[in-house]
Amino acid sequence: MIDWWDLALRLGIVLVAFLVLPLLVGQLEHKAMAHMQARVGPMYAGGFHGWAQLVADGVKFVQKEDVVPAAADRSVFKLAPAVALLPYLVVLVAIPIAPDGAASSLDVSLFFVLAVMSVGVLGSLMAGWSSANKYSLLGGLRVAAQLVSYELPFVLAAVSVAMAAGSLSLTGIVAAWNPWWLLWQLPAMVVFFVAGLAELQRPPFDMPVADAEIIFGPYTEYTGIRFALFLLAEYAGIVVLASLTTVLFLGGWQGPWSDQLGWLWTLLKTAVVSFLVIWLRVAYPRMREDQLQTLAWKGLVPLVLFQLVITTVGVVAL
Amino acid sequence: MSDGYSAYLSSYVPVLAILVLGIGLVAGILSGNRLLRPSRPTAQKLLTYECGVDPVGSGWAQMHVRYYIFAYLYVVFAVDAVFLFPWATVFEQLGWITVGEMGVFIGIIAIGLAYAWRKGVLTWT
Repeated sequence: MIDWWDLALRLGIVLVAFLVLPLLVGQLEHKAMAHMQARVGPMYAGGFHGWAQLVADGVKFVQKEDVVPAAADRSVFKLAPAVALLPYLVVLVAIPIAPDGAASSLDVSLFFVLAVMSVGVLGSLMAGWSSANKYSLLGGLRVAAQLVSYELPFVLAAVSVAMAAGSLSLTGIVAAWNPWWLLWQLPAMVVFFVAGLAELQRPPFDMPVADAEIIFGPYTEYTGIRFALFLLAEYAGIVVLASLTTVLFLGGWQGPWSDQLGWLWTLLKTAVVSFLVIWLRVAYPRMREDQLQTLAWKGLVPLVLFQLVITTVGVVAL
Repeated sequence: MSDGYSAYLSSYVPVLAILVLGIGLVAGILSGNRLLRPSRPTAQKLLTYECGVDPVGSGWAQMHVRYYIFAYLYVVFAVDAVFLFPWATVFEQLGWITVGEMGVFIGIIAIGLAYAWRKGVLTWT
């Protein structure tokens, strides 16, 4: 029934991708930001452009003392980084990089991915509440406010694609994709990407960790490897958001010679979207809390409802 | 057990497997860290960090949850989204009648959002 060797190979690839791609995005972020802002940062480790700095940071994180504040809710505090990180690993199982390139053949993979992705935010909430720190608590509440506002446009934009493709399977959605969608589903793509950025708490939506106001939000009390796990979760989140945007809106593996090179197209498009995420961090200042809510409820939600109408008319009338 | 049902269940095997792998991965990282790190807790180090000033009162302070109206709106719309997903896969065959029905359903909720907007509850207070 199940080909165990095939499954082991696919899971191995998922695990390697999960450990390597976020680091590549992290490295890209260091270097792209450095050059965009004309301040190069550490350039010595490893020789060429300071490429080994990330490795050195990792070695440092592993050796750091693990401090749990005396006032904190110990077990929840220690569990939170794992809760923040693991959903992004589980999501990768359902993302197809080629026509037969997903580790799991779930037929409702779109629904599955959306459901699992929103679990990650719980990690930040747990961290914010269990730290017993006023700044962490403020950060945690901001995370919650951001979640309830942006989850909705995020999900509705995904519904629009499911309607266009007539399928809830990510593989089925890419198979149904054609270049005309770039125009037809453009508002949904913008909404999905922006709301996804907000769910990852990436700049310009990084109010929950605003370092100039509330130290580092929910992660203020974290040190060493647990802090590193939260950072890894952030970059894994970028990879997942970029690959989902690719699969839903940019045609995934579709492109010239997609029979052989489909996986390369998926990776390439994911890399471009990841770069966009980094670019936005450099280009835009942080939004204020009320601006965040206004953008979600008065901008994105009406826009995505309008998109649902366009999609419905497109499918039924054409 | 029928074939369809067991195929359905087996599509979740990779999910279960990766979850177990992931828990193992995090446990491995944390126990590796346990072997490598020092542990010298002091009272100062374990104090809650609030910019170097000794914390006043408990960290679980009472505060005004300003966005509870947003949370209500979210719950209403989230329920609506759950109905949209199964509908999205079949409405092409069922045609305009079902589109009209869904339009009424979402329309009522959209009017609710417009009402909340008009009443000014979408303004951060």
